[in-house]
Amino acid sequence: MEKHWKSVISRSVCDYFFDHQRKASSPEDIPPVIATPHHYLISVYRSSMFFVAVCTTEVAPLFVVEFLHRVVDTFEDYFSECTESIIKEHYVVVYELLDEMLDNGFPLATESNILKELIKPPNILRTIANTVTGKSNVSSTLPSGQLSNIPWRRTGVKYTNNEAYFDMIEEVDAIIDKSGSTVCAEIQGYIDCCIKLSGMPDLSLSFVNPRLFDDVSFHPCVRFKRWESERVLSFIPPDGNFRLMSYHIGSQSIVAIPVYVRHSLCLRESGSGGRLDITLGPKQTLGRTIENVVLEIPMPKSVLNCGLVTNQGKYTFDPVSKLLVWEVGRIDVTKLPNIRGTISLQSGSPPVEANPSINVKFTINQLAVSGLKVNRLDMYGEKYKPFKGVKYITKAGKFQVRM
Amino acid sequence: MTDSKYFTTTKKGEIFELKSELNNDKKEKKKEAVKKVIASMTVGKDVSALFPDVVNCMQTDNLELKKLVYLYLMNYAKSQPDMAIMAVNTFVKDCEDPNPLIRALAVRTMGCIRVDKITEYLCEPLRKCLKDEDPYVRKTAAVCVAKLYDINSSMVEDQGFLDQLKDLLSDSNPMVVANAVAALSEINESSSSGSPLVEMTPQTVNKLLTALNECTEWGQVFILDSLANYSPRDEREAQSTCERITPRLAHANAAVVLSAVKVLMKFMEMLPSDSEFVTSLTKKLAPPLVTLLSSEPEVQYVALRNINLIVQKRPDILKHEMKVFFVKYNDPIYVKLEKLDIMIRLASQANVAQVLSELKEYATEVDVDFVRKAVRAIGRCAIKVEQSAERCVSTLLDLIQTKVNYVVQEAIVVIKDIFRKYPNKYESIISTLCENLDTLDEPEARASMIWIIGEYAERIDNADELLESFLEGFADENSQVQLQLLTAIVKLFLKRPSDTQELVQQVLSLATQDSDNPDLRDRGFIYWRLLSTDPAAAKEVVLAEKPLISEETDLLEPTLLDELICHISSLASVYHKPPSAFVEGRAGIRKSLPASARAGSEGVESTESQAAPAVIPAQDSLIGDLLSMDIGGPTVAPVAAAPAAPFGSAAMDLLGGGLDTLLGETSSSPAPPSALAASSAALLGDIFGAPAASATYVAPKTTWLPAEKGKGLDISGSFVRRNGQLFMDLTFSNKAMQPMLGFAIQFNKNSFGITPASPLQVQSPLPPGVAADASLPLATTGPVQKMEPLTTLQVAVKNNVDVMYFACQIPMHALFVEDGQMDKRVFLATWKEIPAQNEVQYTITNVMHSADTVVSRMQQNNVFTIAKRNVEGQDMLYQSLKLTNGIWVLNELKIQPGNPNITLSLKSRTPNVAEGVFQAYDNILHG
Repeated sequence: MEKHWKSVISRSVCDYFFDHQRKASSPEDIPPVIATPHHYLISVYRSSMFFVAVCTTEVAPLFVVEFLHRVVDTFEDYFSECTESIIKEHYVVVYELLDEMLDNGFPLATESNILKELIKPPNILRTIANTVTGKSNVSSTLPSGQLSNIPWRRTGVKYTNNEAYFDMIEEVDAIIDKSGSTVCAEIQGYIDCCIKLSGMPDLSLSFVNPRLFDDVSFHPCVRFKRWESERVLSFIPPDGNFRLMSYHIGSQSIVAIPVYVRHSLCLRESGSGGRLDITLGPKQTLGRTIENVVLEIPMPKSVLNCGLVTNQGKYTFDPVSKLLVWEVGRIDVTKLPNIRGTISLQSGSPPVEANPSINVKFTINQLAVSGLKVNRLDMYGEKYKPFKGVKYITKAGKFQVRM
Repeated sequence: MTDSKYFTTTKKGEIFELKSELNNDKKEKKKEAVKKVIASMTVGKDVSALFPDVVNCMQTDNLELKKLVYLYLMNYAKSQPDMAIMAVNTFVKDCEDPNPLIRALAVRTMGCIRVDKITEYLCEPLRKCLKDEDPYVRKTAAVCVAKLYDINSSMVEDQGFLDQLKDLLSDSNPMVVANAVAALSEINESSSSGSPLVEMTPQTVNKLLTALNECTEWGQVFILDSLANYSPRDEREAQSTCERITPRLAHANAAVVLSAVKVLMKFMEMLPSDSEFVTSLTKKLAPPLVTLLSSEPEVQYVALRNINLIVQKRPDILKHEMKVFFVKYNDPIYVKLEKLDIMIRLASQANVAQVLSELKEYATEVDVDFVRKAVRAIGRCAIKVEQSAERCVSTLLDLIQTKVNYVVQEAIVVIKDIFRKYPNKYESIISTLCENLDTLDEPEARASMIWIIGEYAERIDNADELLESFLEGFADENSQVQLQLLTAIVKLFLKRPSDTQELVQQVLSLATQDSDNPDLRDRGFIYWRLLSTDPAAAKEVVLAEKPLISEETDLLEPTLLDELICHISSLASVYHKPPSAFVEGRAGIRKSLPASARAGSEGVESTESQAAPAVIPAQDSLIGDLLSMDIGGPTVAPVAAAPAAPFGSAAMDLLGGGLDTLLGETSSSPAPPSALAASSAALLGDIFGAPAASATYVAPKTTWLPAEKGKGLDISGSFVRRNGQLFMDLTFSNKAMQPMLGFAIQFNKNSFGITPASPLQVQSPLPPGVAADASLPLATTGPVQKMEPLTTLQVAVKNNVDVMYFACQIPMHALFVEDGQMDKRVFLATWKEIPAQNEVQYTITNVMHSADTVVSRMQQNNVFTIAKRNVEGQDMLYQSLKLTNGIWVLNELKIQPGNPNITLSLKSRTPNVAEGVFQAYDNILHG
């Protein structure tokens, strides 16, 4: 599928991309910026598809990368997922969307609120209705919010139940070394909102401890001046789901590590092959349980198979990708999860010096590991009383333990 | 019911079928048919035959159908220009539609149809749309101007669209402003003249900054990018602009953040680096950069490439953020390699322990490229941070113990560098290295190992055996290894002559007789002669002290770095090349950092005024330069590194001038044609005449290097301009007792980028008591560095005796170029434009010339008289001149008849050239 905004470029430029694709060992390893004799190919890799932008002139690559990500986000928003078949299925809408989103290399409307007013997202009911009534899913009027001072919000929003939900999601990125000490740890946090409020509500959200933030980046709706002076998030929200802010904590404060991994791995070619023994335990969780724990270990190539026993959860080993996955589930403090057993190695292969890293995934509900807390949420501008809710979740981001 | 069904129709006669469907009366049917057509187009089928039928569907009030038809038009109009005309009417009509959406759509689509005939019709509707009451239409029309410019630039200029676009900059709607900025900057970039069409004024900047807060994220990127091209007038403006931009660092869009970083980095140059504001700004810059690293890998990659630049320019910003660059095992390889690079740049005494333990961790990973780079990084760490060297070496030893083939080889290569940086410190590990001799199969590692054996032959008991073992397969080795082996064995022989004579003879015969590699043969012969004529001299040459290798070899050149800082966030910053190096057909407006307001008043080259320490480079680096030795390179050439010792000339003859060539570099090679032409032109000048030669003022030669300082070599010289070419006329007199040969010359970086345009041509050998003249053509394309005083040129001259250094002054008049005549109007405008504080006044005393002689005299020296007036009995002369580096100087001369004193007023954007220009005037008028 191709769409040209400036001059038409032949499809053959993609060959350069395919060349690189062949050379790279995995799809993730293709460099995002590729130079060809006349063009520059900037690509992103999402949901096993490549989105490639071809540029002829000097542009800001981040601009293109961000835009491509935005395109994919929009597709996901419209079609609930973004796969090859889905795109084929809705190619007319896709074209219409691309047309609205970019003009001559300049992005037009990328806010999903606006786009949805211009082009209605497809759903079965509407498709049937359209066929019956002969209407199309393209709106013939200009969205009102497009040019107002708050382009992210459409006007005339009405709800019977007025609700505002905030999800405070914190992802812990960490590298733990062999001995269990933390090499580096940081928190990447997000505040995702689902706001269904009528009219033009003006919200302000304050925190108990806003000093924690190292760096913040906001949705355009947030008034930066208020934040600078009072550390209060003041904003007129877009309608529906959006990310209000993302923040970063790490360089100055010490990040609590909620889980520890005790491990021993020996990959020596003795009579019984290698041995593996891993125990997991909670640490600094403020009494919350750790759930959805999954361990992934990419084993060295010489590993043939694993004969392991777990006291909790299931494990799988894929002999092709050499990936050992242990789905632990929740960690019970009284009986710590453990996996142990033997590993059979290819005979005659050189001894493996490099031990793999363990990738740990987990979630902890009702806890923001940084200790961040919302103080209060106020609404101005409208008279009704909205229903408010805040949820805290801590997750593992790139949480790696070296063995 | 989904659209995918349209992809499945592959029947025969499909086009025909579609045609009839398109002509169906029912709207629904028509729409279905158009969808099918688009589907075929998407998969690459040629459906251009349906053009007229599809265009017929255009006149509809169904917006979706209209959009689809427009889509089709954009694709096929180019191939069917005549048919496309049919659509024009509808476009023009749509541009007047009451619905702004349709008006915008029409103007947008028309711009995308790249057919000349259509563009003619586009002008009227576009003009209207630019003034449309609806901002949505206006902003679409703004973009359309840029499209039109791409198709037909002269039309845009003729029709006055540019002015309309400029008006849009002050539009009330921020989105319109953003799009107008985007369109203008695109037009600027593609403009053929290479100069910006729209100058930024403080007023427009102010407008842009206001719009910045309100427009969309993409608009913010455009505005920030165009702000980056603006140079604030003074410190205060720079600071206030920075203050207004800083909030953008907290934007969710990475592109906005990086563009803001670019503007801040650029404007920061203008502010005094010790001010509180810069310190706080530096602090504010770090967190957003760190945050970029936790986004998608593509963003990370671009961010890392940019951080690489920022770290080189201002290491302070991220010095505490080392940890975020630690590599995660599942980072894509391109991210890993970049992170590693930055880790090394940030490594310092404070964090080196941490870095090392990380690097050690990486060195045991699976990815070969990454592991190699990690091992190399350990070596770079050792060289950069002296305190860590010991630990680095032991880490490398640990890695060698792993016996992983490529790790060992890479480790040996870096250990060689460590030996060169810290000689006589870590030799105890040599025995461990020797154990791994057999596993080495890469040329670089083998060569490094051989170098180590040769260098420390006296400490390795079985060095002869080891080298002999290499010698067996001599013919199969890579030339790099062969050269190293030759040198190493000669070193060994010089250190232990008793038992290695056989070995050295063997290698010399292999190198000189059996090899067809000229380098190898030549080196073999040289060693042979050296050893046979004077072993003591050979020892001096081969075993000479080597200069230590420098710390960081892969830093970008400061000028390039500064240029790239201006391109942060763009492709250039990803490639680390200036855009002119890879973007096609660019006139190339090279960007440069603004000079700091203070330094700017005294800096000649704005880019350089910050980073230019005006000191003579350390002796050894200059020698290194002169001998064009690749210090950081893998091959070590000890022969070239040693200062050439004096030889009996009898030995020379044996080599038939070969040695001569080597030591004298280029002196005896045939002169390049340009130099010949230049010197013959000079000769002609001499023959024909006096007019040209005598009219141009030539300063008498002055002694630059007295014989007592030049070890018997006396150099005097002057600078001259002949036929538009700058020459350095030199007289070499040999006042020593023996002949001199092998002359070469090199200049240090200087204010005007002067470099020799061809090698030095001087009589060689120069017998004792003889003086020889040489004329060296000069180019002004070399690296620039501001000197104090401005006209200082530091020169190094080399001959077989030694390297001599001296400094001389370039008289400014030699730098006046031939095309220094300014247009009268430009002169007036420029004169007004240059602020009054840049005006400098001098009095030239004792001039006995009338105004007319002054005019002609100055004219001969490339100072052009623009206008002459007589005011109250005084003659006023207005003159212009241009320096080789493009700096214009405007002069006003006041001559009163009868008064021997002339008043000279100089105006220039860079007032510090004034003194030199005044000197030039003074010399010319008295000469």
